[in-house]
Amino acid sequence: MVNDVLQNRRYVLVLLITTVIITYVLRLFYIQVIDPRYKEGADSNAFLKKTQFPPRGLIYDRNHKLLVYNKPAYDIAIILREVHELDTLAFCRALDINKQFFIKRIADIKDRKKNPGYSSYTPQLFMSQLSINDIATIQQSMYKYPGFYIQNRTLREYAYPMAAHVLGSIGEVSRRKIENDDYYKQGDYAGRDGIEYTYEEELRGEKGVEILLRDAKGRIKGKYENGKEDIAPKAGRNLTLTLDADLQLLAEKLLTGKIGSIVAIEPATGEILAMASNPTFNPSLLVGRQRSKNYAELVKDPTKPLMNRATQAQYSPGSSFKTIQALVCQQFGGINQDTRFLCNGTGSSPIKCTHSHGSPVSLLMAIEQSCNPYFWNTFRSTLERDGYGEKNRNFIENYNKWEESIESFGFGHKFTDGDIYEQSRGNIPKEKYFNKYYGATGWRALTIRSLSIGQGEVLVTPLQLANGMAAIANQGYYITPHLNRCDSLRKKIHRTNVDKQYFPIVNEGMWRVCEFGTGRHYKIPGLEMCGKTGTVQNNHGKDHSIFVGFAPRNNAKIAIAVIIENAGFGATWAAPISSLMVEQYMFKKIARPELQERLTGSSTNIDVKER
Amino acid sequence: MSRNVSIKYALDWTTVAYFVVLVLMGWISIYGASYDFDQASIIDFDHRAGKQFIWILTAFGIGGILLLVDYKVYSVFAYFIYAFAIMLLIVTIFVAHDIKGSRSWLVIGPISFQPAELAKMATALALSKFMSSYNYKIKGWSDLIPLGLMIFLPFALIILQNETGTALVFIALLLMLYREGMNGIVLLLGFFAILLFIVVIRFSSFPIQTDRGTLGMVLGMGIILVVQFVYSIFIAKTSKESTLLFYIVAGIAAVSILLNFFFKLSYNYVAIFAVMVSCVFWFVIELMNRFKKYWFIILFSIGSVLFCFSADYLFEKVLEPHQRVRIKVLLNMEEDLTGAGYNVNQSKIAIGSGGFLGKGFLNGTQTKLKYVPEQDTDFIFCTVGEEHGFWGSSLVLLIYWLFLMRLITIAERQREAFNRVFAYCVASIFFFHLTINVGMVLGIMPVIGIPLPFFSYGGSSLWGFTILLFILLRLDASRLERMR
Repeated sequence: MVNDVLQNRRYVLVLLITTVIITYVLRLFYIQVIDPRYKEGADSNAFLKKTQFPPRGLIYDRNHKLLVYNKPAYDIAIILREVHELDTLAFCRALDINKQFFIKRIADIKDRKKNPGYSSYTPQLFMSQLSINDIATIQQSMYKYPGFYIQNRTLREYAYPMAAHVLGSIGEVSRRKIENDDYYKQGDYAGRDGIEYTYEEELRGEKGVEILLRDAKGRIKGKYENGKEDIAPKAGRNLTLTLDADLQLLAEKLLTGKIGSIVAIEPATGEILAMASNPTFNPSLLVGRQRSKNYAELVKDPTKPLMNRATQAQYSPGSSFKTIQALVCQQFGGINQDTRFLCNGTGSSPIKCTHSHGSPVSLLMAIEQSCNPYFWNTFRSTLERDGYGEKNRNFIENYNKWEESIESFGFGHKFTDGDIYEQSRGNIPKEKYFNKYYGATGWRALTIRSLSIGQGEVLVTPLQLANGMAAIANQGYYITPHLNRCDSLRKKIHRTNVDKQYFPIVNEGMWRVCEFGTGRHYKIPGLEMCGKTGTVQNNHGKDHSIFVGFAPRNNAKIAIAVIIENAGFGATWAAPISSLMVEQYMFKKIARPELQERLTGSSTNIDVKER
Repeated sequence: MSRNVSIKYALDWTTVAYFVVLVLMGWISIYGASYDFDQASIIDFDHRAGKQFIWILTAFGIGGILLLVDYKVYSVFAYFIYAFAIMLLIVTIFVAHDIKGSRSWLVIGPISFQPAELAKMATALALSKFMSSYNYKIKGWSDLIPLGLMIFLPFALIILQNETGTALVFIALLLMLYREGMNGIVLLLGFFAILLFIVVIRFSSFPIQTDRGTLGMVLGMGIILVVQFVYSIFIAKTSKESTLLFYIVAGIAAVSILLNFFFKLSYNYVAIFAVMVSCVFWFVIELMNRFKKYWFIILFSIGSVLFCFSADYLFEKVLEPHQRVRIKVLLNMEEDLTGAGYNVNQSKIAIGSGGFLGKGFLNGTQTKLKYVPEQDTDFIFCTVGEEHGFWGSSLVLLIYWLFLMRLITIAERQREAFNRVFAYCVASIFFFHLTINVGMVLGIMPVIGIPLPFFSYGGSSLWGFTILLFILLRLDASRLERMR
C-alpha cells in the first residue's frame, strides 16, 4: 500500500520537529548558561549608575579661617543612544549655546581620538560646570530631551582672592591620568597644580553611586532595590594649611605692581606662613566654564602670572649668600671669628667693594657692611687651605666639601619630602661642571670667584633662601618647608654640615645689619631682627632687590626671603617689605601705615597687571 | 444529548490540557512583560494582561462552541469558507487602514481582526476537502498544481497586505503535502535554495584577491559540484565517471590559477565554467549510456547557477530595505545595534541575562523596562527566558514539542483523509510559527513578525489558533461517533 509508505513519512516530520526543538534548547543553553556577554549587557542596559560626586575637602589657614569651599555646579551629560526626536534649536536656546557649538560638541564626543572612552551607552560629558543660573531654564524642560541628564557637581569658591599659586586649581583630568588611575572617568576633575594637586587623593573623597532602573527610553523607573545597593559619596578630607591668611594677604598687597615673591617660614616647624608670587591672579579665574579662556590669557601674558616665582624662579642670591658662606667657611677653617682681611673699597681686586668701611675688616663688620673682598678672601682661603695639590686634587676635594655643605642648607635641589609640587632645583655648580668648562686642572678659586658673593652660577629659589634663613635661625638644621599643617611633615629634619658653634657670630652679624647696616632704616620697635640685604646683578635690567632674615633674633618665629625683580637696592624694596611682613606676623598689626601705603602704591614694573 | 456525552469521552483531553497550560503560561508571561512597577493586578482591564484575560476567556468560549458544532459542517462548507476568506482578504487590501505599513486589519465596530488568520483555517479546510475527494492521490507534479494554486492565492493576497511574515506561514503547508505524497525532492530543493542563498549573500562582499571574483559565487558553484558528486556516487552509483569529472574540475582550477599569473581572470566565471563543463560531461555520459539518470542533475545544476546569479538581484532589488538589513544582521554581516539589530540584540540580552534559573517572576529588568520591543507580542519568549531562565524556557519548548507530537499522533489515527490532512495543516502551521518565532528571538532566524501560538498577546491571533485547534479536536472526536 502506498499509504503505508507515506505513513512512514511522519517520522521525517517528527525528526524535523525534534531537531528544531533540540537546536533551540542548545542555543538557549549557550546564551543563558555559557556566554556571559548578555548578562553584562543587561546590567548596563537597565541600571543607570549615576555617579554621586563627593564634595571636595575644604581648605583652611593655620588659624582656621576658611580659604576654599564649594559651591554647587551642574554638568550636562548625554547618552547618545537614548537621544531621539531632539529639538536641537529649543535645546540650544534653553542652554544659551549656538547650534555650531552643539554640533561640534557631539562630533567631539563621538571622536574616539579625543574621547577614547566613548560609548553611546554610557553618559558622556556634554557641558560641564554650569552654574545654577545657566541651567535654570533647561531644568524645567529636561523631560523634553531624553538622553540628556543633569549631574550635580561642585565648584571651588575662594574666600579671599589670594594664594592662587599655593592653592592651585582643578581641571579636567588628562587622558593619561584616566589610564593610570581607575578612580577617574572621562570628564572628571582633579587638582592640576598647587595644593589641589598634591593633596588630590585626600581632597577628592570617594565617589558614590546611585543605581537607578531605567527603561529603554531612558525614563527613570525608580531606585534599584530601594537604594540598598547605592554607595553614598564620601566627602573629601578637609585640609588645614600652614598659611596665615592675613600675612598672605599682606604679602600679596605688598607685591602689587612688582615682579617678585615673598616666602615666610616658621623655622621651628618648617611651616610656610606665607608664600606669595607676583604677578598673580584671582584663583576664581580658573574655576568653571571660564577656566580655559582665562587660562589661555594667563599663559600668553609675558610676565608669566601662572609661574609660582616663590618656588620656581631661580635667582643668584647675591649678598644674601654671604650668610651661608660665612657659616660654611668657618666650618672648614677657612676663617674664624677673628679673621680679618684688607679691603681697598672700590679699588679692591679681583672684586671691588660697594660699601665704604674701615680696613682691615672683621667677619661681623663684613656681614654688616656686605664687604665683597672679605668674602672673596674667605672663599679663597677655604678652597685653597690645602693648596691645589697634584692635578688640582686638593682644591677640588675642598670645593666638593664646600658645595656639599652649601647644599646641606637646602640649596641646589628640590625639597622632595615635602608637599610642594612646583619647584625648581636651583643650582650649586658641581665639580663636573667646572671640569667640563676648564678641564680638571684648569680652574682655581680665582676662576670661580663670583660664587663667593653669590653671583655667577649659583642659583636659588626664594623658598630655598627662606629655608636657609630658617636653618640659620635654628642654628644648624631645617625642617622641609611645607604647606599642610600636620605632625608627620614636622618631623622631616635635615641637619646642615655646619656645627652649632659657628652660628652665633653670623647671627650677630645679621642683627647688626638690621641695627646699623643696610637694613637699619626699617627697624621694628621692640623686635630684634636678623637680616641681610642683597642687590643682584642680572642680565635683565636693574638689579634684583633681595632681603633675607628672621626674627626675633633668638627663638625666631619667622624666617623670610623677599625678592623684587629689577627694582634696585635690596635696602630700598625688599628690606622694608620684609620688615612689614615680620611686623604683621609678630604683632598682628601694622604700626607704620604710611610705609605700607608707600610700598603697596608703588610699582617697579609697568607690565604687571592686576588680576 | 448523546452527542455531548460522546464529545466528553471522545475529546482528546491531553491536547486540551496542553492548550490550557500554554495559554495560561502565555498569560502570565504577558503580565510579566507588560508589568509596570506601579501596577498591581493581573486582571486590570486597562492593561494588557487584563485584556488578554478577556481574550483567553472568549477563546475558551469559542473552543467550547466549536466542539458543539457538527463536524460535517467543515467538510461541507470548506470551499465556501475558503472563498469567503479570499474575498475578505481582497476587501481588506482596499478597506484596511495603514498600520505601520501593513493593511491587514479589518475593523468592524469595536472588533478588529486579521482576515489572514481566517485564511489559514480556510486554506487548511479547502486543501483537506480537495485532497480527501474520492480516490485522490498525489501521483505526479501535475497533481500539485491545483494545491499550489490554493496555497498561492491567499499567500499572494497577504503579501499584498504587506504581511510578509503571515504569508510565509503558508509555506509550512509544504510539510503537509510531503506527508500526503509530494516528492521529498521539493523540500530538499527548498533547503538547498536557502543554503545557496545564504552562502552567496554572506560571502558576496569577500573578494578573492583583488577584483578576481567573490568568494560567495565560487563557494556556491563548489556546493553545486559537491551535490553532483554526491548524486553520482551515492544515487547514480557511477563512481568511475565522477572520478573522471573530478580530474577535469581540478584541472580547470589549476589552469585558471596558473593563467591568473599572466591574465586577469575572474574566478566567478571560472567556477561557472567548471559547472557548465560538468553539465556537458553528464550530458555526454547520458547520451552514451542512455541511463536517464542525469537529466535531473543537469537541470538542477543549471537551475542552481541561475539561482545563484539571481540571488544577488533578489537580495538587492526584490527585498525591502528593512528585510535586507534583517538578513544582513542575522548573517553577521552588519552590526546595527541601534537599528535593525536592536530588537534581536536586546532580546538575546534579555534571555541571556536570565541564566539557568532565571530572575524570578516579575523580576526581569530587561523586559520590565521595555528594552525588548514587541515584548508581549512577537518577543514574548524573552520574558520566559529572562524570568524563568534556561529551565523555564526549555520547559516551554518541551511542552510545545509534546503538543506537536500529540498533533501528529492525532493526525495519524484519523481514518478520514479530510481529518488527517487538516490535522497536518494545523501541525505544520503551529510548527512554523514556533520555529520562526523562537528562532527569531534566539537570533538564529531572521526577524519575521509572527506570533508565538497561545503565548503572544492579541485576540486575533489567539482566536485564530484556538479555532484551528478546536476544529481539529472536533474532527478528531468524530472518529468515535462514526464507529457507533
